Amino acid sequence: MTLWFVFALMTVAAIFAVLWPLSRRGRTESGGSEVVVYRDQLAEIDRDMAAGIIGAAEADAARVEISRRLLAAADQGGREGPVKGHLRLRRAAAVVALVGLPVIASGFYLTLGSPQLGDFPLSERSRVADANQPLANLVAQVEAHLEKNPTDGRGWNVLAPVLSRLGRYDDAVRAYRNAITYAGDTADRRAALGEALMGTAGGVVTAEAKTEFDRAVALDADEAKANYFLGIAAEQDGRKTDAAAIWQKMLAKAPADAPWRPLVQAALVRVGGVAAPALPEGAMAAAKDMSEAERGSMIQGMVDRLATRLKQNGDDVEGWLRLVRAYLVMGERDKAMSALGDARQAVAKDAERLRQLNEGLKNLGLDG
Amino acid sequence: MIAESGHYALVLALGLALIQSVVPLLGARWRDAALMNVARSTALAQLLFVAASFAALVTLHVTSDFSVLNVYENSHSLKPLLYKITGVWGNHEGSMLLWVSILALFGGLVAAFGNNLPLSLRAHVLAVQAWVASAFYLFILITSNPFLRIANPPLEGRDLNPVLQDIGLAVHPPMLYLGYVGFSISFSFAVAALLEGRIDAAWARWVRPWTLVAWIFLTLGIAMGSYWAYYELGWGGWWFWDPVENASLMPWLAGTALLHSALVMEKRNALKVWTVLLAILTFSLSLLGTFLVRSGVLTSVHAFATDPTRGVFILLILCVFIGGSLSLYAWRASALKQGGLFAPISREGALVLNNLLLTTACATVFIGTLYPLALEVLTGEKISVGAPFFNFTFAPLFVPLLIAVPFGPLLAWKRGDLLGAAQRLLAAGIAALLAIALVLAWTYGGATLAPVAIGLAVFVIVGALCDLAERIALFRVPLPISLRRARGLPRATWGTVFAHAGLGVALIGIVCETTWNSEYIGAMKPDDVARVAGYELKLDGLTQRQGPNFREMLAQFTVSRDGEKVSVMTPSKRNFTTRGAATTEAALLTRGASQLYISLGDASADGAIAVRIYHKPLVLLIWWGPVLMAFGGVLSLSDRRLRVGAPKPAKASSRALQAAE
Repeated sequence: MTLWFVFALMTVAAIFAVLWPLSRRGRTESGGSEVVVYRDQLAEIDRDMAAGIIGAAEADAARVEISRRLLAAADQGGREGPVKGHLRLRRAAAVVALVGLPVIASGFYLTLGSPQLGDFPLSERSRVADANQPLANLVAQVEAHLEKNPTDGRGWNVLAPVLSRLGRYDDAVRAYRNAITYAGDTADRRAALGEALMGTAGGVVTAEAKTEFDRAVALDADEAKANYFLGIAAEQDGRKTDAAAIWQKMLAKAPADAPWRPLVQAALVRVGGVAAPALPEGAMAAAKDMSEAERGSMIQGMVDRLATRLKQNGDDVEGWLRLVRAYLVMGERDKAMSALGDARQAVAKDAERLRQLNEGLKNLGLDG
Repeated sequence: MIAESGHYALVLALGLALIQSVVPLLGARWRDAALMNVARSTALAQLLFVAASFAALVTLHVTSDFSVLNVYENSHSLKPLLYKITGVWGNHEGSMLLWVSILALFGGLVAAFGNNLPLSLRAHVLAVQAWVASAFYLFILITSNPFLRIANPPLEGRDLNPVLQDIGLAVHPPMLYLGYVGFSISFSFAVAALLEGRIDAAWARWVRPWTLVAWIFLTLGIAMGSYWAYYELGWGGWWFWDPVENASLMPWLAGTALLHSALVMEKRNALKVWTVLLAILTFSLSLLGTFLVRSGVLTSVHAFATDPTRGVFILLILCVFIGGSLSLYAWRASALKQGGLFAPISREGALVLNNLLLTTACATVFIGTLYPLALEVLTGEKISVGAPFFNFTFAPLFVPLLIAVPFGPLLAWKRGDLLGAAQRLLAAGIAALLAIALVLAWTYGGATLAPVAIGLAVFVIVGALCDLAERIALFRVPLPISLRRARGLPRATWGTVFAHAGLGVALIGIVCETTWNSEYIGAMKPDDVARVAGYELKLDGLTQRQGPNFREMLAQFTVSRDGEKVSVMTPSKRNFTTRGAATTEAALLTRGASQLYISLGDASADGAIAVRIYHKPLVLLIWWGPVLMAFGGVLSLSDRRLRVGAPKPAKASSRALQAAE
């Protein structure tokens, strides 16, 4: 409530600034005029002459010139006529101030501002944060601890996966690196580091990330995560047969109850490596037998359905992200951008969803 | 509440600016004093609200309120207080807010201290000022709003770019912006004159102090920025012909030309149309500078494409204001009455020459800066126009300019006597030749061009002093009378002397630094000794230290000369954890105007560290020169007396000639 009261006061002050000069009747002041400047210049010549800076002849010449300008200026002032009042215009201006100012201000502010949010200065938050954000607060505490004891490998090891999950990939990369330095080089840390590096690149297996996966596999040839992402790397490079080979080897070696089995099988189907026993039917399996054009139109149809559904119900953040990603993959950047705009509009009222959307967009490599 | 109030204050400022850009013009059209005075109160209220908005953003940064996106992205709770404050304008959104704050400040100053302006001129000026302000308020609110919030605020910010965590950020951007934006006033005056269709010597009298203020700040801002780059970037260079630097140099060149042509206009009522054009161009170049730096077009044409709204918006502002004002100029300039006549050899002629050379220099910088960009946009081909281009085009323009500088003040208005001026500059010429001979003898077998350049610099400095000696009739009348005349001289004359001498001083620094710079680059281990320009620098050892938001590695050097210990220098490398970035903090040892400069490179595994040591003779003169120029500007500004150029009657010149002998 106080906020709106402050806003009202500020608006009144602004309106007053416009109305005040309008309310003053008649000629309160006429302002300066050129005539004054030329008179000053004439006086200056006399002073200069008295000080001996210019001679009498020069002074005379200057006086003649300035007098000529002085006359012209006085003449001009006479022709312009006196300053007069224009009551109707003044009233119009007053109305503009009284109505226009609040309308412009509230129009802009209500679209851009977030009046529902209070202030969150850090000093107040450290007192109340425990209940609200235990995880974030914990992370901050661990970070503060590590700032002072940077060689605590165990600490880095605990922190790194949490940072990765929070989406702070840059920090996670650094934390994993420190964990490797101070707590030892293991296959799972290398693999996790590679995954965090992928996170910073928006899901692309960069050369840097691939190096880490290679190292992980060198340390432990059965490291599942590293093997899986090496497959993804091959897929992203367009070497689908290589990807399929890697994944097939994984499945062959893996125990039957490995939790990642379905994930790898799905990936295998995607690259068209083999018929997947886990997914005998369904859209993906059907797509495998289609020609390139048919597959294209099927995907197009799916994307269109998704777009239509989102147009009717725009609350689904995941859906929006999938749509934007799909457009990007299909190389239709313009559509992706317009979908992005629609998504923003659809979730604009809900701050939490907007945040999720922006996070997701950042992961896609689009600046939120 | 602080964040939202700040946001609302900015929105209100936009509303006020919109009213201020229309109502006063209507008032001037119908000659209604009350409506014209609306400009004044709205300008002051606008200043109040923008200041409140800026203060709100500063408060948010100081209290580390990470629910504000801008604070989260550019601040860190562990940052020292000074950098929390300077961090406000160490990022795009905040710096744009500083930009409009300064714009509002200048508008407010005109409103508060413009009592001597005719009512309708003031109304016009403030209205034009409000056009510019409205455009930028819209730009900030729509594309770069510093008050956007995060619903679930993170607990720690991302920290400010470490290179910017320096005292330089506290001084350089505000100074530069005061300069850039200050030229908006001369622009507003020019457009107001075109709208009113009236321009005269009095106009120049009113516009000059504002131009001078902007010029002083721009001079200091550029010098400060150059010194900052010199000690922070760790390369020992002080000017890189970088597009961002050029963007600030262009308005400076045009602004310098404007100062001189406004002088002609004020004193002789001539060069009116040209002065108006220069005023428009100067601010247009400031806008262009803002566009180049703020749109991201400089880092790469592609960065521009990733955030098109900002770039396109500024480009739009640029086109509307530059295109609009130039069209207005083309349409109305012919209506302005032409002023006084003068002979080619005269003070006016000298100032025209100054203007020609300065604007040509400005044009070469313009081409060198924009041509590569245009080429990349059109053909995708990347070329880089570097120092060689600028050195080859800039130097040939500045040499005649520098030769002409001492002549200018010695020529009379309307018609001057070149021979007489040359005779009065005899002392300066002799001093220059002596300097050349001395430097040649001193550096026998060395560079040949450098001594000549030093001679030129001495000529400029002594020439400025000759002008002074001439005015107080030194050695021609008894000393007490000369001193009395010196006291009686208008301060603007003293200002001219200082500003022109500053040019020479800076030139000496530039020539010495580029020609007789000595350096040592190599890897050093503890107890190694490097010898540079007669100094012995011994590396005592390396130590680690924890700063507030960084860790730093210090190297300690003992500097001695001829076996005697001179001082201890401690350059360092800082690692910033949050951004994972490192900066090099160079150590500087000042001896007179010369400096020893050490910056650290990477440490190698065997305990050695790469070190760059420079000895830069007289390098500080490069910045003392601009400071002298700015001091001259301040002196000239403090000269409240109104000056007129008294033309010398034809017969008087011959008399003056005899007197000089």
